[in-house]
Amino acid sequence: MGRGKGNLRLWVQAGWTALTNGFVPGFVKGKIYRGPLKQYCVPGLSCYSCPGALGACPIGSLQAVLGSRNYRFAFYVLGFLMMVGAVLGRFVCGWLCPFGLVQDLLHKIPLGKKLRRLPGEKALRLLRYAVLLGFVILLPLYAVDFIGQGQPWFCKAICPAGTLTAGLPLVAMNDSLREAVGWLFAWKNLVLVVLVVLSVFLWRPFCRYLCPLGAVYGLFNPIAFKRFRVEEEKCTSCGACQKACKLDIPVWKTPNSPDCVRCGECQRACPQNALEELGLWPGKMPLPRKE
Amino acid sequence: MTFLRQNLPALLLLLLGGVFFAWGILRGEQFVVFTKAVNLCLECIGIG
Repeated sequence: MGRGKGNLRLWVQAGWTALTNGFVPGFVKGKIYRGPLKQYCVPGLSCYSCPGALGACPIGSLQAVLGSRNYRFAFYVLGFLMMVGAVLGRFVCGWLCPFGLVQDLLHKIPLGKKLRRLPGEKALRLLRYAVLLGFVILLPLYAVDFIGQGQPWFCKAICPAGTLTAGLPLVAMNDSLREAVGWLFAWKNLVLVVLVVLSVFLWRPFCRYLCPLGAVYGLFNPIAFKRFRVEEEKCTSCGACQKACKLDIPVWKTPNSPDCVRCGECQRACPQNALEELGLWPGKMPLPRKE
Repeated sequence: MTFLRQNLPALLLLLLGGVFFAWGILRGEQFVVFTKAVNLCLECIGIG
């Protein structure tokens, strides 16, 4: 199988990004798409203010509905997340997220020693749930202005995807926006730069520690249609899967960890072909054959 | 039957998600999403 599935994943990510963020006139004119597709969410973290974005970011949309005066619960967006999560879990993160693609490409830069974990990794991985609860749900709901309107606090204070794909190109292409930048723009770019640099040395730092969308989808990993099963009669607990896993997940023990983004490296590394990929149709999906 | 047994939680969540999605549309929540998405989000780009 070699690097086949790894390269396939990158091509799928790139193709999907081109599909969901392919509004070329936006990049040419420095404007955003304003057509009817924008009422529909895309599954990955893709800022709706990106000049190329054709759909809406689910996390931005969730904050928008929760922060509006008329709604205290976001059935539309939550329903979308539940449907996608139940089918795919964090497969979205590994295969369909534009910012995931950016991190994957950065990690390919051959610079310095690649890290598998940071000090305090266990606690850091819980941070994304705090981001989800605090910045995406509670602050938009309760930190409201005098007319009862909340703000998208995650988008405002943290989201590097928005900075990279929306903030930087739009500020570069619009004089009026350039004149309006201040400390918030500086802060967001600092967050982006830290994550960009970290991505070179550590695989997917944003997905591990900060992404609220990954926090949501990860909850579905144990039960989603798209999940793994360890064939116990074949598994020898050799740990090859964990060694291959760039997130250092003990796959042989927890094949459906909420951290797993379904990149498939563990499957390709298993010498016993013991990792079975369950799919969307009855029965089992056959494992990719190893060459 | 095996498929149903193996995937019952996912099927139930898929169904519930569909109900939520439809109910959200009936409430008009997609218009909030649309309005936000077609206007430049100053918070998202680091200005507002």
